[in-house]
Amino acid sequence: MSLAVEILISALLIIGGSFGLIGSFGLLKLREPMQRLHAPTKATTVGVGASLIAAALTLLWQTGSASWQGVMVAAFLFLTAPLSGLMLAKAHRHLSRPDLPPTGTKAPWAGETPPKP
Amino acid sequence: MLTYALPFAITCFALALILNLIRLATAPSMPDRILTVDTMVINVIALIVLYGVQTHATVVFDAALLLAMTGFISTIAFCKFLLRGGIIE
Amino acid sequence: MSRLFPHPMLSATLCLAWLLLAGSIALNSLLMAACLATLIPLATQAYWPSRPKIRHPLRLISYIALVLYDVILANIQVARIILFMPADQIKSAWITVPVDLPCPEAIALLAGTITLTPGTLTAEFSADNKALLIHALHAPDPDATRAEIKSRYETRLQRIFR
Repeated sequence: MSLAVEILISALLIIGGSFGLIGSFGLLKLREPMQRLHAPTKATTVGVGASLIAAALTLLWQTGSASWQGVMVAAFLFLTAPLSGLMLAKAHRHLSRPDLPPTGTKAPWAGETPPKP
Repeated sequence: MLTYALPFAITCFALALILNLIRLATAPSMPDRILTVDTMVINVIALIVLYGVQTHATVVFDAALLLAMTGFISTIAFCKFLLRGGIIE
Repeated sequence: MSRLFPHPMLSATLCLAWLLLAGSIALNSLLMAACLATLIPLATQAYWPSRPKIRHPLRLISYIALVLYDVILANIQVARIILFMPADQIKSAWITVPVDLPCPEAIALLAGTITLTPGTLTAEFSADNKALLIHALHAPDPDATRAEIKSRYETRLQRIFR
């Protein structure tokens, strides 16, 4: 039993570390600014998520008491990753002004409406 | 087995932080720098948690929790500053 | 009752979050959780007048499980693109996704899901809340990506919120 738990925790730790490294490597490798946004918002989030599960399992296994703070850290990371991604995408678009496809409706994209006086 | 996997994960996140620092020094534009700092915050959270596992100190989980709750606000504030030239409207 | 608790779901979430933060179900934590769950919805009521109607809370849980499963798959995909695909072969694209969801909360949930799942990222919404602008990391076929988002996530959300 304890060997199985140890293998599970080790696998989670190795997966988490690799994904964290891949996300940061993607930041260096990808060429376009919008492509670079993809690397950390996904790979790093899952890397940290796997590490957090591993940490919580280790504590549960070694001390017998569950650590709920790890769950909260993971929840906050998953809630805030889309927010920072959205704001960074807006900043990129504000500075580089790429050609966007039409909205398909009558209204323009929200960032392109003139500010109300 | 855990004695090898834990240092491996810590090394991975430390290397990730070094890659982030290189990116921070060579970033071509302002949003890239903000993105890099955001990634660094996430990597630091992972490092803090793994340090807690290594030293059996559950106290550091609170530090990780605080960073997870407030780390994204700096990203949003920087982006807001780029978009509008001000943070508080 | 509905005047004391204008957002029952928000109250329940706050209560649960405080108990998880405190890490115990002692009496003092329960009292503090009850205070927060009552006061915060009352204080923020003026900024959130509408109430999302969730018809099937159980389906919401199965939706979250589906999204978590997709997040793992998405990460393996993105990791393979980062590691093995030459940088000049990655075909990024802007894609417009028309959405038909009844309330802002559902649209926010869809946008968050898109950001967390396979190689796509929500970048903007249209001024009338009828379309989302997403950026795909590697999308050789934008129509397939759009169809997958609509069939996999939007129809499920339409069944949950109404």
